[in-house]
Amino acid sequence: MDRKLENSNNNEHSPSQKLVQFNKKKFRFSDWFAEKVIKAVAFLSIAVVILIFVFVFREAFPIFRMDVSEAVPTELLVQETYGGETTSAPGTITDSQVEYSNKQQVSGEKPSSTLFSKTWMPVSDNPRYGILPLFLGTMKVTIIALLFAAPVSILAAIYTAMFAKPRIREIIKPVIELLAGFPSVVIGFFALMVLATVFQEIFGYATRLNAFVGGIAMGLAAIPIIYTLTEDALTAVPKTFTEASLGLGASRRQTAFYVVLPAAVPGIFAAIILGIGRIFGETMIALMATGNAAMISMNPFDSVRTLSATIGAEMAEVVFGDTHYSVLFLIGSLLFIFTFALNALAEFYFKNLVIRRYQSKK
Amino acid sequence: MNRNVKDTIVESVAGISVLLIIFIILSILAITIVGGWPNLNWTFLSEFPKDGMTKGGIFPAIVGTAVMTLIMAVAAVPFGVITAIYLAEYASEKSVFAKTIRFAVKTLAVVPSIIFGLFGLGFFIGFIGKNMDGIFNGGELRWGQPNILWASLTMALLTLPVVIVSVEEAIRTIPKDMREASLALGATKWQTIRKVVIPGSVSGILTGTILAVSRGAGEVAPILFTGAAYFLSDLPHSLSDQFMSLGYHIYIMSTQSSNVDATLPIQFATTLVLLLLTFSLNGIAVILRYRIRKREK
Repeated sequence: MDRKLENSNNNEHSPSQKLVQFNKKKFRFSDWFAEKVIKAVAFLSIAVVILIFVFVFREAFPIFRMDVSEAVPTELLVQETYGGETTSAPGTITDSQVEYSNKQQVSGEKPSSTLFSKTWMPVSDNPRYGILPLFLGTMKVTIIALLFAAPVSILAAIYTAMFAKPRIREIIKPVIELLAGFPSVVIGFFALMVLATVFQEIFGYATRLNAFVGGIAMGLAAIPIIYTLTEDALTAVPKTFTEASLGLGASRRQTAFYVVLPAAVPGIFAAIILGIGRIFGETMIALMATGNAAMISMNPFDSVRTLSATIGAEMAEVVFGDTHYSVLFLIGSLLFIFTFALNALAEFYFKNLVIRRYQSKK
Repeated sequence: MNRNVKDTIVESVAGISVLLIIFIILSILAITIVGGWPNLNWTFLSEFPKDGMTKGGIFPAIVGTAVMTLIMAVAAVPFGVITAIYLAEYASEKSVFAKTIRFAVKTLAVVPSIIFGLFGLGFFIGFIGKNMDGIFNGGELRWGQPNILWASLTMALLTLPVVIVSVEEAIRTIPKDMREASLALGATKWQTIRKVVIPGSVSGILTGTILAVSRGAGEVAPILFTGAAYFLSDLPHSLSDQFMSLGYHIYIMSTQSSNVDATLPIQFATTLVLLLLTFSLNGIAVILRYRIRKREK
């Protein structure tokens, strides 16, 4: 459209005027406008991150100022909505919750003071929101998942990058990256139906769904991340390193473990950190395979309830704006801060380390 | 120990790790196919669930997933493409603004999906929806509750980074000569982008869209409390209706159902459908991406 306009304009101008135009950059509204619009849209990503910060924290905030007297409106709200609905669709209030909201004033305890207690019992006569068992459960699952996923995927990446023939490598890489395409609900289903039964037969423990099963399943979700990033880090090590080492008579194993691996350490750390972030926030696998019992125990074969699974399991049944609701958002804020910090660490600290290393050696 | 023996052992252990991962992938595929194939037929795909969800098909879940990913793509793709154009064409590598955008995109890519669900609940439903009800509906509850629109938009935010990364990668493979030829012929920057850069990155935009749809179809956590429903006797008719989704169906049937064993065939078949869907989408994306990378060389 505007090109046609320009053409017709140009035809009317004399050659000398054209020259002037050529030297002086003409202000074009469409060009200026397009750039502004594109820049504004690009800002959206930043805006979304900020909005997530603001809105997740906003909903969590009331927990810190909610005292007993302010908890009363919750009860009114419950009575208003209760009774009309008969189905158990998400958002409907169950009897136990009504009871619990009524009793909340009786217990006379400030909800925020129970945050660091050892019991997570949000739906009871005397609700307690101790996130300690949830936190411990998450740590337990994360450690199990990492102990499984990190060695396997780093070794697999070393094999792919250092030992495998180019033809085999072209096959291995896409096949392992297939794992990233599995929806987490499918991995959760596999853990629930297959892994849980198989592991119970092998180890003979009591509870079918526990931290171990969940941890292994979440490890599966983290493997493609750690594998891909480690492989990238290994192949990013300059070829001259490998050639110098092999030229001096070192074997492929020695080159891999004493030359390439040390040079790629920051990248591998970044890979592990992003893997931790993935495991930490994984919801569906945790919901389906960990048993969802909030208890404090060090036994890897006990059921656990992770932070994210707690949000996933309880948010649909909670009363909008009530203490339980705020506590779940508080857990969400913790998850968000944690993954944000991990990402920032991987991004700024470890990436810079990689760059500095290679630049100083070139 | 002999050096050669050590070499062989270490290389074998590394090789076994690769085989272990491939074995797990194949067993997930095999078990899903073996368990789901016998029950997968046309009636299963085209019928509503029956008899308290113990019989019948998954038609509403397929439609729900399709509609949700469609709305999601309509929302995410334009924003993703424009952001990618900004990053590849306008932003200088050193500008703080561009760096911040890149960091924001990476953050969006690693934020746990459940956080998007919380955000959808707090922002779309609790803030935008409630205010829309107050302004347009006179306080009557219509938008201030979970529905397919809010679920799709929540999912769109989750898949935004997928689109941005794919499109930017494709834009960067367009030869510099083509841009310079266009500029030398007197085209403005915006004309060059419209007539050279965007047509040249169509396959990248397609790849990004397909990957986003595949991701969106598989994610469950963000829609847990922003719009997915356990059972609906009807398909969604408007944006303010709830919907059924394949992933949510698997989760509900395998954990919350009163008789898990009776519905086992349905669970496996649903998982197989979801897996076939995401795999075929990812397969198409891999082929497209391969063709883009070939152009680079």
